[in-house]
Amino acid sequence: MTNTNMARAQLEQGESTIIEFNDVNKWYGDFHVLKNINFSIKKGERIVVCGPSGSGKSTMIRCINRLEEHQKGSILVDGIEMNNNLKNIEAIRKDVGMVFQHFNLFPHLTILENLTLAPIWVRKMPKKEAEEMAMHYLERVKIANQALKYPGQLSGGQQQRVAIARGLCMQPRIMLFDEPTSALDPEMIKEVLDTMIQLAEEGMTMVCVTHEMGFAKTVADRVVFMDAGEIVEANEPHEFFDNPQHDRTQMFLSQILNH
Amino acid sequence: MAIEFKPSPSLPPPSTAVGPVAWLRQNLFSSPLNVFLTLFSIYIIYLIVPPIIEWGIINATWEGASKAECTAGGACWAFINVYFEQFMYGLYPSEETWRINLAVILIVLLVGMFAIKAINKLFLSLTILLIYPVVAYFLFAGGVFGLEVVETSRWGGLFLTVLLGVVGIVASFPLGALLALGRRSNMPVAKSVSLVFIETIRAVPLITILFMASVMIPLFLPEGLNFNKLLRVLIGITLFSSAYMAEVIRGGLQAIPKGQYEAADAMGLTYWQSMVLVILPQALKLVIPGIVNSFISLFKDTTLVYIVGMFDFLGRIQAANHDTNWLGTTVEGYAFAAFVYWIFCFGMSRYSMALERKLDTGHKRN
Ligand SMILES: Nc1ncnc2c1ncn2[C@@H]1O[C@H](COP(=O)(O)OP(=O)(O)O)[C@@H](O)[C@H]1O
Ligand SMILES: [Mg+2]
Repeated sequence: MTNTNMARAQLEQGESTIIEFNDVNKWYGDFHVLKNINFSIKKGERIVVCGPSGSGKSTMIRCINRLEEHQKGSILVDGIEMNNNLKNIEAIRKDVGMVFQHFNLFPHLTILENLTLAPIWVRKMPKKEAEEMAMHYLERVKIANQALKYPGQLSGGQQQRVAIARGLCMQPRIMLFDEPTSALDPEMIKEVLDTMIQLAEEGMTMVCVTHEMGFAKTVADRVVFMDAGEIVEANEPHEFFDNPQHDRTQMFLSQILNH
Repeated sequence: MAIEFKPSPSLPPPSTAVGPVAWLRQNLFSSPLNVFLTLFSIYIIYLIVPPIIEWGIINATWEGASKAECTAGGACWAFINVYFEQFMYGLYPSEETWRINLAVILIVLLVGMFAIKAINKLFLSLTILLIYPVVAYFLFAGGVFGLEVVETSRWGGLFLTVLLGVVGIVASFPLGALLALGRRSNMPVAKSVSLVFIETIRAVPLITILFMASVMIPLFLPEGLNFNKLLRVLIGITLFSSAYMAEVIRGGLQAIPKGQYEAADAMGLTYWQSMVLVILPQALKLVIPGIVNSFISLFKDTTLVYIVGMFDFLGRIQAANHDTNWLGTTVEGYAFAAFVYWIFCFGMSRYSMALERKLDTGHKRN
């Protein structure tokens, strides 16, 4: 728990907000998928988002890097307003790394090429430098010996760690995770969570959709519960788990913790 | 006295385990049905092949100055022999055909250089795509460095067929990719232009397009602004083929999972970067069979240029069939045409299979 305390201390020093949702609303046709989302995330904060399937968790975090467009309200990332301005979107995407449920590695490129693609083309980094950096991150996710293989030759857990390293290669200020362990076999979940915990300890701002409640308890600064497009409750982990305020949260927790 | 040691040869493995007999047994006579199929096939081959060999080789006449000299009762290959140069180069002047040969040798050498590891592949590709065509054009057309000018109306035969095919293929490929991207784009203008273009071209037969290119367009162009017929035909063929290519490539684009687009977007790649670096390489690999299919059919379709008075390989053969010295050699002509087309198309198909194997790094998609 000392890690969490240290992180809190850091947080209290730098109180700057890095992501801000103001009255964000989104519709898919008639379907109101995000309802009045008001939420802000501070630099270095670790947020876990949970909630029943279809409650809009993915949609919300995908609004942070404009994979989804919101229709009402405003989203500020790192002080930049998210709108149709391509420059803004590009600037934000450079600062936000994302890890998907199904890894989404590029199957026609080697692991190393997957990692160096964005640094070379988006950050305009020389190839050699990009490769050195990629190897550095691959070592951190303990997979450097696979650098020249193709994604299809790796296990799911290894692929997801590569995906994390690929996100880090952009040297982002924020990392988004959308159910990073849900597509993995149980024995591979731990290796991915360990990588994420390590990242959290280094002070990365993280927004993580996951149902790994153990991860939420150890790592999160706040847990956000969503249901039917709304943020029902957001609280520090021990408050959230020991003393949930809303019936819906209680019901969700009883379902997820009892099976 | 030294005793000479002569090792006796080792015995062959028992013929029932390896060797031709075992192979036959495993592959051709493994079950009653297979025995029947094998015997049936042998019978069919027996019916067809010996007469062809007899006609095409044993009783064939290889040399001669007219059909009348072909008296052996078999094929009259003398016809092909006499007309060979025309079939290959059309009416290109005899003493200048080395220029075509040189261009062919050049491109073979250039493409062969891909096998050399030390060479920069991008540089080589650009040389082939940008510099070579200019060199080839001046070799063919002349007019520079003291090369005699050869009007495009004299270009013909297999030379013209390959030229139309290769230019059509090389030019329609990027155009098709652009159209495919356009048709899937969110921009209304790009989308509707691509859609209308593709659907219009696909609704019209190639003959019509060639006819328009060579006969109608000049009618609309102002006096004096008339450009080369070969060029017009090349443009027609390219546009025609690119519409089909676009649909093949679009099929590949549609098969790429949404997650690939999203991952590329999330890393901040621009639209063009994400298409060129991430999406197209995967999509094109998926549709290699369809692309090659289009190429093969384009290669054969080019023969329709006879409709606008150009004499490609087949056109030259048909024209030669009317030579009064060689009346009655139609079968030989078409047999030769079939053989040459087969070599080219079979070659393309084998190449595409090799390419697919090479690009398949054995990874599943996700
Ligand atoms: N492109 C889309 N078009 C229409 N409805 C969608 C689309 N994407 C998601 N939805 C709907 O929006 C709701 C929220 O989806 P999502 O954010 O993926 O939920 P979660 O990640 O919480 O499971 C779901 O009911 C889903 O069916
Ligand atoms: Mg989801």
